[in-house]
Amino acid sequence: MLASLTLILVCQLVGELTAGFFGLPVPGPVLGMVLLFLILGVRGRISEPLKATADGLLGHLSLLFIPAGVGVMAHLSLLEADWLPITVALLVSTLLTIAVTGFVMVRLDRMTGHTSTEADDA
Amino acid sequence: MRDLSQVWVYLSASPLLFLTLTLVAFQFGTFVYRKSGSKPWLNPVLLAVILLAALLIFTGTDYQTYFEGAQFVHFLLGPATVALAIPLYRQFQEVRRSALALTVSLVCGSLTAIVSAVGIGWLLGASKATLVSLAPKSVTAPVAMGITEQLGGLPSLTAVLVILTGITGAVFGPSLLSALGIRDWRARGLAMGTASHGIGTARALQVNEVAGAFAGLAMGLNALATAVLLPVLWRLVF
Repeated sequence: MLASLTLILVCQLVGELTAGFFGLPVPGPVLGMVLLFLILGVRGRISEPLKATADGLLGHLSLLFIPAGVGVMAHLSLLEADWLPITVALLVSTLLTIAVTGFVMVRLDRMTGHTSTEADDA
Repeated sequence: MRDLSQVWVYLSASPLLFLTLTLVAFQFGTFVYRKSGSKPWLNPVLLAVILLAALLIFTGTDYQTYFEGAQFVHFLLGPATVALAIPLYRQFQEVRRSALALTVSLVCGSLTAIVSAVGIGWLLGASKATLVSLAPKSVTAPVAMGITEQLGGLPSLTAVLVILTGITGAVFGPSLLSALGIRDWRARGLAMGTASHGIGTARALQVNEVAGAFAGLAMGLNALATAVLLPVLWRLVF
């Protein structure tokens, strides 16, 4: 457990240092995630303690963005000024993204001739 | 007996109070969400954020004071982002077969999410701070906040917009996909995970296991794709 947590923190630290040192625009923890993914690829499996630690961290992932979310109270005037573009952009862009992603995937699957797993009552 | 406001002054000076209140608010949100039969629009995080913000405004507490307690929870975002490599690796093994179709659709979806959100916001006259905060809205919150911060936006606004995006996708996604005649579970999962990250993934998983696995993978890969694509696009345009 402690070794897994250390591994995760080391990956994050290396990610942060790499991003800072090379001035990369990618967030450090994302580079840390890529690094851990590569380590898993080399190892070829996920150890039990690492799985437990990750499950512990990710089990309540949504709790972790509450502190930042509360910070929106400091930007209420911005929300008030921009509520219309925010609402329209959010709604249209989300639905468009779902449509485009699903549509391209179905088309490509047909082209490559994969058998699909269809919904009975979709 | 001491005056209640004196006790409040004492308590609010220590990190314990706001750390505890953050956890309590989240548990309350989760309780309401479960009681409602997991209705996507009664999102536990959104409920907790509204409750806590209302409490801070009502008691005249500033955000800095709150954050002194809440920072212990906030810190875990970084390690949690790194830990996303584990489900990503697990799902990657399962979906290798459709790797090419998956990658192409994912990049198309990722670009659609960024360009349409920023484009619509810009056309309707949103401020630059809003545009940056809106750009990574389809990405899982820890990564989206990191991207916004690096581009000079407002991570806290991003956190809220990300949650609202997740809710939008979870509420309207399944019927939209059906209306478009997209019935393949893999395509449906991929679309939900790309557009509305963890909340969409949870919704996809409720319906079908294959859709859930594809959604989870799409969430991880879109975080990666957006973290690489968005800063590059941003520098080209602004």
